[in-house]
Amino acid sequence: MQINGEFKPLIVAFCCNWCSYAGADLAGNNRLAYPENVKIIKVPCSCRVNPMFILRAFQRGADGVIICGCHPGDCHYTSGNYYTRRRMSLLFSMLNFLGIEKERTRVEWVSAAEGAKFAATMNEFTEAVAALGENKRLEDLRCKR
Amino acid sequence: MQKINSTMLIEKAAQLLENGTADRVLGWKKGEFDYDITPAVFNSVDQIKKEFVFGDFCGANLSKYLVKETRKGDGKVAVFLKPCDTYSFNQLLTEKRFDREKVYAVGISCEGMADIFKVKQIAGDGIVSVSSDGENVKVETLYDGEKTIKLSDVIAERCINCKSRKCVAYDELMGEEGEIIDSDRFDMVSKIESMSEDERFGFWQNELSKCIRCNACRNVCPACTCEKCVFDNPDSCAQNKAPADSFEEKMFHIIRAFHVAGRCTDCGECSRVCPQNIPLHLLNRKFIKDIDTFYGEYQAGAQVGSRAPLVDYTEGDIEPGEAVMKGESENA
Ligand code: SF4
Ligand code: SF4
Ligand code: FES
Repeated sequence: MQINGEFKPLIVAFCCNWCSYAGADLAGNNRLAYPENVKIIKVPCSCRVNPMFILRAFQRGADGVIICGCHPGDCHYTSGNYYTRRRMSLLFSMLNFLGIEKERTRVEWVSAAEGAKFAATMNEFTEAVAALGENKRLEDLRCKR
Repeated sequence: MQKINSTMLIEKAAQLLENGTADRVLGWKKGEFDYDITPAVFNSVDQIKKEFVFGDFCGANLSKYLVKETRKGDGKVAVFLKPCDTYSFNQLLTEKRFDREKVYAVGISCEGMADIFKVKQIAGDGIVSVSSDGENVKVETLYDGEKTIKLSDVIAERCINCKSRKCVAYDELMGEEGEIIDSDRFDMVSKIESMSEDERFGFWQNELSKCIRCNACRNVCPACTCEKCVFDNPDSCAQNKAPADSFEEKMFHIIRAFHVAGRCTDCGECSRVCPQNIPLHLLNRKFIKDIDTFYGEYQAGAQVGSRAPLVDYTEGDIEPGEAVMKGESENA
């Protein structure tokens, strides 16, 4: 995303309702800074994230997509994040196989008590994506303004 | 052992109808051209004698047709299955897509099918007729007249890299009980993995941009049997016929392959039917290879009732970040 002629990566963060979203809240409460271009989408569980969501985020202009969920073993629905883990392992490996930069996708486990980890993860991920530049390989020209 | 031929199958199909084992038979009949043999349902012995064919262009996997055909009546459907088709058959049973009781499956041994793309590469376009005697393929073309090609030169890629000549499901077997083969089917996947990121992107951009979104690959796939498909949803952003943007090609192909990940038996039908000759099987095989390395070897359809890797987990599964690295370096 270009803002005033400067490249700022647009990051879409899918956060599960029970851990990571609360973690993001905690980061806010504690006044921990993370980039304003991280757009959080709340999902009931990390396993709600369909591969299509990720591709569509890229289509609509995201430069990086991160999925955050409860730590393995802590999922509110017992096993949702175990399925997330398998699905995303395969999906990300496939994206890499197609030559799409592997640094643009990530899965991170963030608990409700880990506000600091949330902020640090977002800072670090945004920086990594910024270094790559704009998402060109999964862009849809029709969605460009 | 004699190679299975048309006469043998016609006899068997007629017999199954006559003795009441089944009241219809799923087999193959001639299409518009000699090489586009098409799946068909036969209701009478007469029809079988007139239309049933079998030969080196009968690559079509009949297992998927059972889903709809078994719902059409109370009687049994007889079906002919090549070894790779029996894996699809098992996978469909695992997913409870049809009633096993309503099927009489005849396994037939197979030594590989011909690939019309390879024939065209050698003989040229404008094919008027093709016939194979099991050793040589006679091709007549509009422009170059008649040519004879060795059958072994035009065997399909999926058959050269066949994973199993063994029929894993049948009520009756014709021909030899084959064996599971240790094939080189992942070689090309490894080769792509070892390319640079830009090269990989270029390779796939080049292949996928040929796609005309005919949906044949989805329609033929025995693992794709949803009644409602995401790609028919006008909001899926990939419902267009010809992709309007290169994003759509990638979207369609990533999602198509992902939806069958862990359930794809590697039958190779998707690549066979693609009019653009896109090597779709490489996408599926990448998933199969990754599943094998991440979660242990798994062959979809080897057994009825096995749990597909994507609806299963262990607590110690590999993390996505590591998985991507492993998927890159393994065998590279
Ligand atoms: S994806 Fe292709 S190889 Fe796999 S089961 Fe479907 S048609 Fe067969
Ligand atoms: S069969 Fe080939 S051309 Fe048709 S949709 Fe599939 S990949 Fe595209
Ligand atoms: S509820 Fe947080 S990952 Fe399932």
